[in-house]
Amino acid sequence: MSSEHISNDNAAGTQPAVALSEVVRHFGRFAAVREVTADFAPGRLYVVLGENGAGKSTLLRMMAGLLQPTRGTIRILGETDIRAVATRMGYMGHAPLLYDELDAMENLRYFAGLYSIHDDRVCAAAIERVGLNPELKRRVGQYSQGMRQRASLARAILHNPELLLLDEPFSNVDVKSAHEMARLLGAMRDEGKTVFVVTHQAAVMEPVADESIVMHTGRLIAREQGIPQSLLSPYARPSEVRR
Amino acid sequence: MSILGVTQRTLRKDLRLEWRSKDAINSMLFFALLVVVIFSFAFDPTAEESRHIAGGLIWVAFLFAAVVALNQTWARELRNQVLDAYRVSPAPATALFLAKALGNFLFVVVLEALMAPLFVVFYNLRSVGPVYQLLVVGALGTWALVVNGTFFAAMSIRTRSREIMLPLILFPISIPALLAMVDATTSILTGSASPAFWIRLLAIYDLVFTTVCLSLFETVLNAE
Repeated sequence: MSSEHISNDNAAGTQPAVALSEVVRHFGRFAAVREVTADFAPGRLYVVLGENGAGKSTLLRMMAGLLQPTRGTIRILGETDIRAVATRMGYMGHAPLLYDELDAMENLRYFAGLYSIHDDRVCAAAIERVGLNPELKRRVGQYSQGMRQRASLARAILHNPELLLLDEPFSNVDVKSAHEMARLLGAMRDEGKTVFVVTHQAAVMEPVADESIVMHTGRLIAREQGIPQSLLSPYARPSEVRR
Repeated sequence: MSILGVTQRTLRKDLRLEWRSKDAINSMLFFALLVVVIFSFAFDPTAEESRHIAGGLIWVAFLFAAVVALNQTWARELRNQVLDAYRVSPAPATALFLAKALGNFLFVVVLEALMAPLFVVFYNLRSVGPVYQLLVVGALGTWALVVNGTFFAAMSIRTRSREIMLPLILFPISIPALLAMVDATTSILTGSASPAFWIRLLAIYDLVFTTVCLSLFETVLNAE
């Protein structure tokens, strides 16, 4: 298998926020991620595109430290020990990663404690930032899917991370809310944060995306500035894009 | 953040979740109650016979009921994949384990406190030995069950039939502790011998398994 090194021109002279070197991940005999080598400059918003099973979520989970690569090295914010940079990184998964029996404020208060944040105002600010009301006493289990996604985003950003990894943040979110979330992510990028968004809704991210990363059958097959017109249609096949 | 700080927060959160859902305590109570009633129908012992068999009956009932709670421990962390949120945080894995074990300890102690009077009534139990010793055996025995149970429940969360897996792993490893619990309880109830040896054995068992579980938990938490 050949490895491909795809680097970002803008990264010259700066330490990459994420550096992947020949990263491989197998599940049994199935190779979910194959020989991915790439550097990602800090302060940019990356949109990871690809069909189902392309390896996007697996790659993101490895970057978050939730999965270990079978082979290869992942360097996050200059560290290979991902736990060492846990306070500087935020992760939002497919699922909400919140307790259904608690309201948003209770959830965030608990998770804030894990990051040594004991100020309720920080939690309230994160909830407000995603467009929810911190006074809302309804339990997360009774939220709409869109509200859950927003609350989940609030949890991921509450400790003001430098690197944000978001897996399908717009799934089941209405178009207006999705665009609001995308604008928020753009604003976070403008503050200097590095944002990775795995999504099938490229059009939502188009106004704010710096770069699109296309994966196919576990390989990183293309990197483009912004999101190419050909990928904006909901019927686009990212695998047909080539460098 | 310190281990104790995270442990305290996680324990408080778990108690709040249990207070709202009552998943563990309701099923444990119902299960233990069933065991007591079924055993009381199956046997019709005199007061003297009760003292000899009660140690076994009590601990078997508590062990079975505890498994129900232990299975719930991690189930609520798997719902919505909340465990991932903990795993990506800088909080220490040992704090999560301690909080879960302490939470289970409290649930099982509540169960024991509620079930003990029923055992006394159903089996006409009167202790010949000092009752305070039963409290020591109860505390050490319960910790033995929950510390291993919490650990092995965490180990089995990624298996397909985890509710079957837990007793299959937990029961064999709990045999030395169960033996000590049953013999210590019987010794106290009958007043026939000193329970000191069994209590010491339980204390050593607790110490060894708590240390092992604490040191291996991070590996188990991050295993794929």
